[in-house]
Order: sequence, then C-alpha cells, then structure tokens
Amino acid sequence: METTFHIPTVAEMTAKGERPDLLFWVGCAGSFDERAQRITKSICKILQHVGIKYAILGTEENCTGDPAKRAGNEFLFQMQAMMNIEVLRGYEITKIVTACPHCFNTLKNEYPNLGGSFEVIHHTQLIQSLIAEGKLKPADGNAFKGKRITYHDPCYLGRANEVYEAPRQVLEVLDADLVELKRCKSNGLCCGAGGAQMFKEPEPGKKDVNVERVEDVIESKATIVAAACPFCMTMLRDGVKAKEIEQEIQVLDVAEITAKANNL
Amino acid sequence: MMGQIIFFCLFVLAVVIFARNARRIYKNIKLGKAVDRNDRPVERLKLMLLVAFGQKKMFKKPLPALLHLGVYVGFCIINIEMLEIVIDGLFGTHRVFSSLGSIYNGLIYAFEWLAFAVLFSCIIFLIRRNALHIYRFGGRELKNWPKTDANLILIAEILLMTAFLFMNAADFKLQQLNHPSYHHAGAFPVSQFLLPLLPETASTLIGIERFAWWFHIIGVLAFLNYLPISKHLHIILAFPNTYFSKLEPKGKFNNMSAVTEEVKVMLDPSLPPPTGEVSRFGVKDVQDLTWKNLLDAYTCTECGRCTAACPANITGKLLSPRKIMMDTRDRLTEVGQNRAKNGDFQEDNKSLIDTYITREEIWACTTCNACVEACPVNIDPLEIIIGLRQYAVMEESQAPASINAMFSNLENNGAPWKYAQADRANWTNQ
Repeated sequence: METTFHIPTVAEMTAKGERPDLLFWVGCAGSFDERAQRITKSICKILQHVGIKYAILGTEENCTGDPAKRAGNEFLFQMQAMMNIEVLRGYEITKIVTACPHCFNTLKNEYPNLGGSFEVIHHTQLIQSLIAEGKLKPADGNAFKGKRITYHDPCYLGRANEVYEAPRQVLEVLDADLVELKRCKSNGLCCGAGGAQMFKEPEPGKKDVNVERVEDVIESKATIVAAACPFCMTMLRDGVKAKEIEQEIQVLDVAEITAKANNL
Repeated sequence: MMGQIIFFCLFVLAVVIFARNARRIYKNIKLGKAVDRNDRPVERLKLMLLVAFGQKKMFKKPLPALLHLGVYVGFCIINIEMLEIVIDGLFGTHRVFSSLGSIYNGLIYAFEWLAFAVLFSCIIFLIRRNALHIYRFGGRELKNWPKTDANLILIAEILLMTAFLFMNAADFKLQQLNHPSYHHAGAFPVSQFLLPLLPETASTLIGIERFAWWFHIIGVLAFLNYLPISKHLHIILAFPNTYFSKLEPKGKFNNMSAVTEEVKVMLDPSLPPPTGEVSRFGVKDVQDLTWKNLLDAYTCTECGRCTAACPANITGKLLSPRKIMMDTRDRLTEVGQNRAKNGDFQEDNKSLIDTYITREEIWACTTCNACVEACPVNIDPLEIIIGLRQYAVMEESQAPASINAMFSNLENNGAPWKYAQADRANWTNQ
C-alpha cells in the first residue's frame, strides 16, 4: 500500500516559511511496525483527501515516553517528554492528532505540567468530526455495508480518557451490522499490551489476555473487529492467530475502515 | 435504675473505644505523603453524593446493587431507631418517640420492612458468598480471616435484625395483652408474623422483649467497635474516600516533581542543581504512599469487583488489585502498631514490596484502569502498583530484562524497539 502523494514534514514546511495547521504524531508503532504503518498511511490519505494542512515530525519525532512511565522509569519518561516538548514548541505546534491512544494520553494529560500544552485529539475523534462536517462520506455500497462489525475499546482511549462515542459514530455511518462486545466501553477488557506489557512476556498464568479478548470477539459473531490502537491491533491479531480463525475474523483500524469505505 | 447505669457505662465505653480506634486509623492515614485533594469542592461533593450516597457505581451489577441498597438504606434509617433506643436506655423511658403518634407508627412500619430487607439481603449474601461459586468471592487473598470476617459481619447483621424484629413482636403482643408498661404504639407489618412463636405469659414476653432490646443495643455497640478491625469501615470511609477522588482523567499519572527538577538540570547544565532532598523515588513501604492511597486501603471492603475485572487476574496471573489494597492496609496496621509500641518506627526488615506484594504481581499489571473503574468507592490500586514499579526501577534497577531492554532502546533510539532514529520516516517512501 504505497502512498502516491508526498507526506510533508514540519521541517520542510518551516523551510518554506509555512506552518502546519495540524501535526500528525505518528508514534513508534505507526512508524516502525509494518502492520501499524498501514494505519498511518490510511490516516495520511484521509488528511490528504480532506485537504488539511498537516505535517509529521519525521525523524525529529521521539517516543513520548509512555512505556517508560508505565514501567516506573519516571526519569526516562520526563527526558523524552522534555525533548519532545522542546521540538514541538520550537515549531510552534498548537494542534496534534495521533493514531496511538498511549501517545494521545501522554501528550494530552502528562505533557502540560512539563511545559507542553497542545490541543491533542485521537484520529477517531478527527475522523468523527470530518464525517460530521460532511467532508468524509462512505461510498454507496461500501465494502462494509451489512458486515457484522464490533469495536474494541483501547484502555487509554476509553477508560483513561472517556472517548467512547467518537469511534462508534465513525462506524455507524457504514451501514454495517454493528454489535458490541460483552465487555465494552467503561467495562471493556484490555488487549493485554498496556503498562509496557507490549515489551515483555506475560507473567505465568492460565491464558493470555489477548486470547481472552478474542474469545469475546468470537462470541459477538462479528467478522471484523475494529481497533483504534496499534498495540491493540498487534494483540488482537496475535489472538486471532492463536485461535486459528484468521479466515473468519479480520482486525482493522477505524482509520483503515474509513479510508476503504471512502475509496481512498 | 440499675439498667440505666449499666447502659450508660456500656455506651460510654463503646464510644471511648471507638474514638481511640478511629484516632489510631486517622494517625496511620496521616503517615502518608501529602497530596492536594481539596480543590474543586463542588465537583467533589457532587461526586460523593453520586458515588457514595447514591451508590452509582454499584449499579453496574444490578442484583447485588439492589440487595446492597436494602442493607444500606436499612442501616441508615434504622439509626433513627437507634437514637430512640439510646434515649430510652439512658432515661429509662419506653419508646420515647411514640408521642409523635401516627408519624411514629409510620416510622416503625418502615423500620420493620427495612429490617426485613436487611435480613433478606444478608441471607442472600451469605448464600452467594459460601454456596455459589462467584469469581470475586474466591481468590487466594480471601481465604481464612478475610472470609471469616465477611461471614461474621453478615451473621452479626442477621442477628441484630432478628433481635430487632423479636423485640417488636414481643412488644406488640404485650400491647395486645394491654400490659400497663407497654402502651399502644408502632405498627408491626413484619414482626406480627412472629407472634405465634411467642409465649402467652406477660412475664416471659417481657423477658424476651428486654433480652432482645439489650441484645440489639449491645450488638450494635459491639459492631461499632468491630468496624476498625474488620473490612467493614467502608460504611463510614466511603464518603471521604469518594470526596477525595482523583478528578483528573484516569489515564493521567502524576509527574514526579523531584524528577522534573533533575531532568531540567540534565538537559540544561547551566541551571542550578535541584535543592530538594528526595528521600526515595517510588514506593517501598506504606510511608511512601500518599494519605489518599492509605485512606483507600482502609476504605476497601474486599468486594473484589476490581479483581474480577482485572485482565491479569482473570487470565490466571498472580496479580489481584484487591490483594494490593488488603496488603497495603495490613502493612499499615503493622507499621502503626510498631510505632505505637516503640514511640517511632523501628526497622522491622519488612516492606510493602516483597514482604507483602511480590514483583510478579506488580509486573503483571497492564495499567488498564479496569480496577479503578470497577471500584464502587473510587479506590485506586493502580497508583500503588505504579509506585512500587517506580521503586523497583529507579531505586533498585530491578525490572524484567525485556523492560530494561526497552528502556535502553528508548534512551538510544528514541523508540521502544531497536530501530534507528534515522529510519523513523522510512515508511513515507515505502
């Protein structure tokens, strides 16, 4: 999935004497993880399509420090945060969109007190507002029409920041057969990756958390599970693989679904 | 007269012992570190009314919520009856409020039904706890004393309500017999069904009525003093605990200001070095927690909604958020006793981490906030877990190897994986 358009960096824009209206914070997963890169590109396509003047930081972006903070390394977190804040302030960034709920939470909640106050939104919120403004509209007879779709709440978007409705509203316009998981919204079950679990093996137990979660998906009889977090994406896909149901259940990000439904 | 003196002595004794215990708990909570939870009072008050008074979060599970509501309303309202009992006990009167006439009858009518609701709910609770296999009533931390504690509380409430209803029944029968000491007062929609169980002779009835009266009041005073050594303090502490809730988004973790100062100096060596001495980064023992964490620990009634929602726990990991709270409380009690005995804290070679909570438990947490969301009284086990991780990482450099690898990737490459910073935007050309 190659993008046919150029993705601008803030440095480039600055060199031309311009400033982006919106910074797209890609995040480490979105930059390096092959599967998450597809989510990143879908978001770029959407931004390009609606004509928002956006840019990425490119090689000037650094991890927000979220995994360090959740793992108890406050020093490393604050080092990362202060370096990022310096870059963001240097470019006079005011508004940020990100595809990762962990970046979203950290940028939005934990940076202000360290000197970095920005308007931070998650990509599901951006897409939802673009739909509300009429700038995005699924094509008639889009690929998801009538499909049974469920949504998995990422902890750092849902419980952590109470963003429950925006991603759901994005899915509602698809004319699909939407179904909730038995544990959803504030009662949603974690995919198992939060709190730096993404970077370690789980403690001994009788089951992996992502398998437990995929069992909820199976129970919902959905054929597509929509995710809104690159870590959830990895965990759900691994769970689906562990259950050997890759043929039956697809894991797609809300941004990918939107891009496809709009024929982008 | 003798009865009044005995009552007075018992009553004063119960209040004094309770006050001492309450002071001990207050002092223990004050061992915690400062945290400002006095801002936005209106919002806090609303939250308390909604969550503690209105039991909003209980209704995530409607059946136990309704049963609990019965016990809660019963407990609160029957306290009006307690006031009458205390006045009667102190002044040798009998049903002193009965001069209120029909209002009094209405009150007793309501108390009777509420007593029945409490009785009924507690019996169902006993069955749920002991006969049905409900996930949150299992778990390794709920064996032995905590299990007995829960059952004792339920049995005590059943006995108290039974005594209350038998007292009313005997009184009612004496009224029907037109006994001169028992004037017509009250309405007895529930205890009337106990009448066939009672004897016909006035003297035996008086014996039963007096016994039930004394049993009820002594039981309540004993229960009051059982609270501080049981898990049942939530009936009081739920109110302050919800008032002092964290009002920020659940995902927002506190930034350690001591670290901020040091990091600023590291990034800009021209700044003066930080002045504040930091005794310890993170949480090794209960004294490193905030007073709110400690209040949380005393407020926990071990219901286990947190543990039943914990992704780590339900997939068989050792972590149980309820155990985190119980361990914190138990260690705090131990530290409090240590201080009381020795004047100040004497090193006992124990700590919250390792002696009580193992590393395996704290590293199993996904920080998903399900436990925080599930708690009906806004307890936050996650903050304690993160504090313990901070101690393990920043004071001891004791993290799982893969976590250490993630840290070094972050330091060297600006990403948690081993990818070069220069390759970060390669996806734009692929």
